[in-house]
Amino acid sequence: MPPRKIFALRDYLGPELKGRTISDARQVVSLTNILEQTSLGERLGELSGRSVLLAAADQLISAIAMTEIDGVARRMLLCPADLNADHVQTLIDDAEIDAIVTDQPSCWADAGVHLVAAAGTPERTAKKKAKTERATEWLMLTSGTSGVPKIVGHTLEGLTGAIVADGPARGAAQVWATFYDIRRYGGLQIFLRAVIGGGSMVLTEPGEAIADHVARLMAAGVTHISGTPSHWRKLLMSGSASGFSPRYVRLSGEMADQAVLDGLRRAFPAASIGHAYASTEAGVGFAVNDGHEGFPASLLGQSRDGVEMKVEDGSLRIRSTRTAHAYVGRNAAALTDSDGFVDTGDMVELRGDRYHFVGRRGGIINIGGLKVHPEEIEAVINRHAEVRMSCARSRRSPITGSIVVADVILADGCDLSGSDDIRKKILADCRAKLAPYKVPAMIKFVSALDITAAGKLSRHDP
Amino acid sequence: MSVRSRIVSAMQQIAVEQQVTLSPLVDDLSLHETGFDSLSFAILVARLEDDLGIDPFTVSEDATFPLTIGDFIRAYENAPA
Repeated sequence: MPPRKIFALRDYLGPELKGRTISDARQVVSLTNILEQTSLGERLGELSGRSVLLAAADQLISAIAMTEIDGVARRMLLCPADLNADHVQTLIDDAEIDAIVTDQPSCWADAGVHLVAAAGTPERTAKKKAKTERATEWLMLTSGTSGVPKIVGHTLEGLTGAIVADGPARGAAQVWATFYDIRRYGGLQIFLRAVIGGGSMVLTEPGEAIADHVARLMAAGVTHISGTPSHWRKLLMSGSASGFSPRYVRLSGEMADQAVLDGLRRAFPAASIGHAYASTEAGVGFAVNDGHEGFPASLLGQSRDGVEMKVEDGSLRIRSTRTAHAYVGRNAAALTDSDGFVDTGDMVELRGDRYHFVGRRGGIINIGGLKVHPEEIEAVINRHAEVRMSCARSRRSPITGSIVVADVILADGCDLSGSDDIRKKILADCRAKLAPYKVPAMIKFVSALDITAAGKLSRHDP
Repeated sequence: MSVRSRIVSAMQQIAVEQQVTLSPLVDDLSLHETGFDSLSFAILVARLEDDLGIDPFTVSEDATFPLTIGDFIRAYENAPA
C-alpha cells in the first residue's frame, strides 16, 4: 500500500485563489502568492526534523511561519504572546526544543538552544520551494491560570477535523476574524478555517482600542468572527458594534449563557449565531446554532463526525479524532481515560431535553460546606436587561467561612442612580431561582471585570 | 454617622433583606439572641468591611470573638484604623 498523502498547510495556499489576505493593524499580506515567499530568510531547511519553539511576538509573522514550518519540522510549539518567561525553560526541556523561530532573536540568545532563526514579514522570494516532508506534531499550551501550562500534542488532521466535517466553504469568499490570539486553540481554529476554506484572516492587534478594531473588521469586510462570551460582552458594552454586520458570529471557550446569545441576536439580526464547545485538550466537540444556551441531549451517546460524547459524574467526556493525542513532557499525565475519553472538567446538568453547562469542576466555591458553581449564579444575574456581565465569587468571612458576592457591570444607558432598584430586582430574582445559599449576599456595581489573556473571565480572588 | 449607628443601621437593613426579626439592640444582648443567623452575620461583617474599611475579626489573630452586641460594636470602635 502506498503511504497516505500527508497534507500540510501549504497545500491550501495555492495561487489559484485571488485576493486572499492576512492582516493586522499595521499591514496586509497577500496569501495568493505566499508560497513563493518566506518569512524565515533561507533557514527553513535547517528546521527539518527539529522541535521548533515558535515564539514570535507578532501574530502575523507567527501565522506565516506556521504555514512554512508545518510539514517540515518534527514538532512546532506555539507560544502565545502572554507566555510567562519563568515557564520558558521548563517548556523547552519538556518539548525537547532544539530550534527557536522568533521575531526577537536577541531575546532568545541565552535560552540554551543553539539554533535561533529570525522570522520577519515575508518579502524575499524563497530560492528553494519548501516541500512537505512529514506530518508535523502541533504543540499547544493550555490556558490554565496558575503554574506551568501543560503542553498538548495535536496533529493537523485532528485540529482540522471539525473544519473538514463542516464541508467546503459555500458562497462568497469568507473573511474570518477572531478576538483570540491564534496561538490559542480557539484562535488557531479560526486561522485554520480561513486557510483551509480559501478565505482571508484579520488578526487582533495588542492594545488596540475596540472601536478601532471594529472599524478595521468592517473595512476588511469580515464575514465570520469568533470570540469568548467575555470578548463578545466587551464588544456589546463598547457600543462599537453598530454598522458591523458579519454573516456568522461564533462563541467558544466559556459557557455561552442565554443573555449573551440574546444580546448578540439583537446586535446582529442578520447573522447566524453559533456557540461551539471546544478545548485545547478535547478539540472541537460540537457547535450549536439554534440560539439557545446548552446543547440538545441527543448529541450524547452516538458518534457524529467521529465525535462521541457522554456525561459521567456530572462532567462532559469526549472521545474523538479531534482530541489531542497526549500531554507532552517528562511528568505528563495521561490525557484520556483507558477508553480514550477526555474528561473536559466542564460540569453539565440535564434540564428537559437539553444539557446546560453549570461551571468548571475546579471552579466550585464552597459556601458553608455546600458546593456552588459561580457560573450558575452569573447566568441568573446576566438575564436582566440592565446587566451586561457579572462575576460571582466567594468572600471569606470569619463567621460562616464564605459568602457569595457578585460584581456586576450594568448595560449601556443604565445609570447608577437607579442601581438600588436594580440590585433589589436582581436579588429577588436570585431568591426565586436559586437555592438560598447561592443567593449573593452582596452585589457591587463595577465598571470593569478582569479578562484573562485567553479571553475568559478572570476568577482569581482579588 | 458614628460607628455604632452605622452598625445598627446595617443590621436593620440586613434583617429586612434576610427576613429575620431583630431584637432591640441593647449592649448586653447576646449575639445569639439578636435574631441574626450566621449568614446574616457574615453579610454584616462583609458590608462593614466595605463601609468602614476594617474587619476586626481577621485583622488580629488573637481577636476575641464577640459574645454580645456591645462586644461586637466595641471591636469596630477599638480596631486600629
